[in-house]
Amino acid sequence: MSDPRDYRFRVWRGDSAGGDFAEYTVSASPQMVVLDCLHEIQRRQANDLAIRWNCKAGKCGSCSVEINGKPRLACMTRMNALPDGNDITVQPLKTFPVVKDLVTDVSWNYRQNKRITPLQPKPREADGTYRMMQEDVDRIQEFRKCIECFLCQDVCHVLRDQDRQDAFVGPRFMIRLAGLEMHPLDTADRIPAIRAEFGSGLCNITRCCTEVCPEHINITDNAIIPLKERVVDRYYDPVTRLLRVFSGAGK
Amino acid sequence: MNVKDIQTIQHDVLVIGAGGAGLRAAIECATRGLDTGVVTKSLLGKAHTVMAEGGMAAALGYADARDNWKFHFRDSMRGGKFKNQWRMAELHAQQAPDRVKELEEWGAVFDRTKEGLIAQRNFGGHRFPRLAHVGDRTGLELIRTLQDKAVHSGVAVHAECTALDLLKDGDRIAGLVAYWKDTGRFVILRAKAVILCTGGGGKAWQVTSNSWEYTGDGYAMAYEAGAELLDMEFAQFHPTGMVWPPSVRGILVTEGVRGDGGILLNSKRERFMFRYTPEKFAKETADTEGEANRWLAGDKQARRPPELLTRDVVARAIAAEIKEGRGSPHGGVYLDIASRVDAEKIRKKLPSMYHQFMELAELDITKEPMEVAPTLHYFMGGVRVDHDTQMSNVPGLFAAGEAAGGFNGANRLGGNSLSDLLVFGRLAGIGAADYARGTQEPALDEAQVQRIVERARTPLMRESGENPFVLHEELQAVMQRNVGIVRQREEMEQALREIDRLRERAATAKAHATSQYNAGWHEALDLRSLLLTSEAVTRAALMREESRGGHARLDFEGERDEWLKKDIVIRKARDGSMGLSAVERPAPPPELAKIANASIEDLEAGRV
Repeated sequence: MSDPRDYRFRVWRGDSAGGDFAEYTVSASPQMVVLDCLHEIQRRQANDLAIRWNCKAGKCGSCSVEINGKPRLACMTRMNALPDGNDITVQPLKTFPVVKDLVTDVSWNYRQNKRITPLQPKPREADGTYRMMQEDVDRIQEFRKCIECFLCQDVCHVLRDQDRQDAFVGPRFMIRLAGLEMHPLDTADRIPAIRAEFGSGLCNITRCCTEVCPEHINITDNAIIPLKERVVDRYYDPVTRLLRVFSGAGK
Repeated sequence: MNVKDIQTIQHDVLVIGAGGAGLRAAIECATRGLDTGVVTKSLLGKAHTVMAEGGMAAALGYADARDNWKFHFRDSMRGGKFKNQWRMAELHAQQAPDRVKELEEWGAVFDRTKEGLIAQRNFGGHRFPRLAHVGDRTGLELIRTLQDKAVHSGVAVHAECTALDLLKDGDRIAGLVAYWKDTGRFVILRAKAVILCTGGGGKAWQVTSNSWEYTGDGYAMAYEAGAELLDMEFAQFHPTGMVWPPSVRGILVTEGVRGDGGILLNSKRERFMFRYTPEKFAKETADTEGEANRWLAGDKQARRPPELLTRDVVARAIAAEIKEGRGSPHGGVYLDIASRVDAEKIRKKLPSMYHQFMELAELDITKEPMEVAPTLHYFMGGVRVDHDTQMSNVPGLFAAGEAAGGFNGANRLGGNSLSDLLVFGRLAGIGAADYARGTQEPALDEAQVQRIVERARTPLMRESGENPFVLHEELQAVMQRNVGIVRQREEMEQALREIDRLRERAATAKAHATSQYNAGWHEALDLRSLLLTSEAVTRAALMREESRGGHARLDFEGERDEWLKKDIVIRKARDGSMGLSAVERPAPPPELAKIANASIEDLEAGRV
């Protein structure tokens, strides 16, 4: 393993009233991760530095920050994966209000989840089991890998730049909705809500969310676009629309 | 500070901890119509359960129709070296299948068999493939499913809210005092019943698979409130933690690697586990590589490979190989699945292991063996509870999951933890709901609140003092050195002296700046729980003069019958010191003893 060397960090310190970058020098080996260095700063130089973290293994999605301007998990960003020789800048997620230092208030996300109709399963089979084939659950198992790090929410233009939290639930909850809509056992219909309340039309498919996903979930192609298609099929397909006019159904 | 100025929240039942046990308990209380709250140190969905990998053990009988609760019960008892509380092991084995099926109804999507049923994988100590799983991210599936179920069941979640101490009205529980991390402000949570689902205390060691949350809060709060702790000497070292690079040392490598065919090799490339099969397991374990390979290929007559012996056995074997100079370059042994299973299957069944090694160690597990060594993983001991209701000796105080003791005995089988969370989380919920319905609103004692708040504020008020992070590191070094995988008297006595000294220094710990989201303050407050947990483990380990399961003594080798008959129970003495007693265990129920001691042949033939 290579010898430890000094890294210069610029870490945003402050709270909702404002703040600025503070500089720290940390001795670390290149195989270490950014979270190790932040912990070192916390232990030796700034005991009160606020960082949110839990598993330190990329499984819980707590330590989301922006490293050199990119949304990333601090626990999965190795020092030797960052450009050499430059200062390393660490700042809180921009899309959510700062609590303190690198910790943001992500409670808005938890409120969105509450709005989503949960699974409404069909009855069990006569022998008390549910039968689902692996190939029928592969695609929703991909969505269920989500660790709720909210990096996709942070990078989403609709939420980050346009501040449309009132109109769009964001990529994280589009995959939650897709996971329910495509669940073989589910009987609920969320398509009207996906269109009207959750704002599927606002996503303009820039795929930024997919790029930052640490679980490599193909958010845009496998979840958002299929949901958009289901909305289009329901509301804009001429044949379906005509049928709906005659049957008097829908909005 | 005037107590009247402190925010007060009221619930019927309050759950501390939002891991699998806490959420399952809260769902049970809420669906029974009780006003239920959960406090959690972290955000919802981030609790340690999320890191569970391999699966949850339940005798569903889908993967092998011969399986039933009796085999599962027998496996848990043998794995726990018969130190398990019999009734708890019975309840667990009988109820686990229903808990797994219920999760599926709530939206969990397990891997499937060819017939479309829940797939089950092999794990150490389990006679049949028994673990319902989702690749190697089963904990995530479990916690997300419970999280969604809880918020839609009306459970109030108080996130990033850390419990400080319990409140009592006379002998019974009255709630607790906590602080909000985001503001640093205190909050009184009043409740008729409190359920501790606070997990374990692995953060007292250096090399551990546990996250920062595992500071033994539940043990400390329960102990201070007068509850008894049981089996604290039994701490589990998981055989396979990462060893390289240093910053990931201790991170878990799932037993699923061995369950799916991985083998352990020393530096001479010997498959050394064949030399470590205990006599009691010899009849049911393969003794040649040929037989072990036939088992992997699906031969139902072949016996299981020795890599799938229980965790205590495998961890000690690895430690012995390393100690005797046959370790890998970074002080581990090799765990090889690359040469056993094709790359595509590895990536499908062990995606997060693949990802973890690729990203953190720059190693491709489909091409090269991993380096692994034991890592402190789990506490078998915990709050002593009634086996059916999960209530402690303090009226209104319940415990479930890793915070409770008894079910796992001297050693837990892999996969039994996730089903433990669900089975006993639910039972604790029922117990607490029944208790809360039958009790009057407890009174609030303002003097207790005052004392708790004053204690918590002290580190912030000091002019100068010790760095709490440094004290924590020193404690970890003490426990790692002296109360490790193999123990002896002198080292443990040394640990107790050092814990005493650290406690004196912890009383002078200083937290800089304000109480708002202040890691140094949180660390200073956690020291009490860490020190108390360390002392409890060490004192109990010193008292138990035998080697059994997760507790191994160099100076008292082998299991001793006289110690099988005793539970070590810890309780705060009147003079404030830690009181230990060796309590005689009642004789096992004859029906259960018959199942646990039955031969496989008799069980398979339905003769027991």
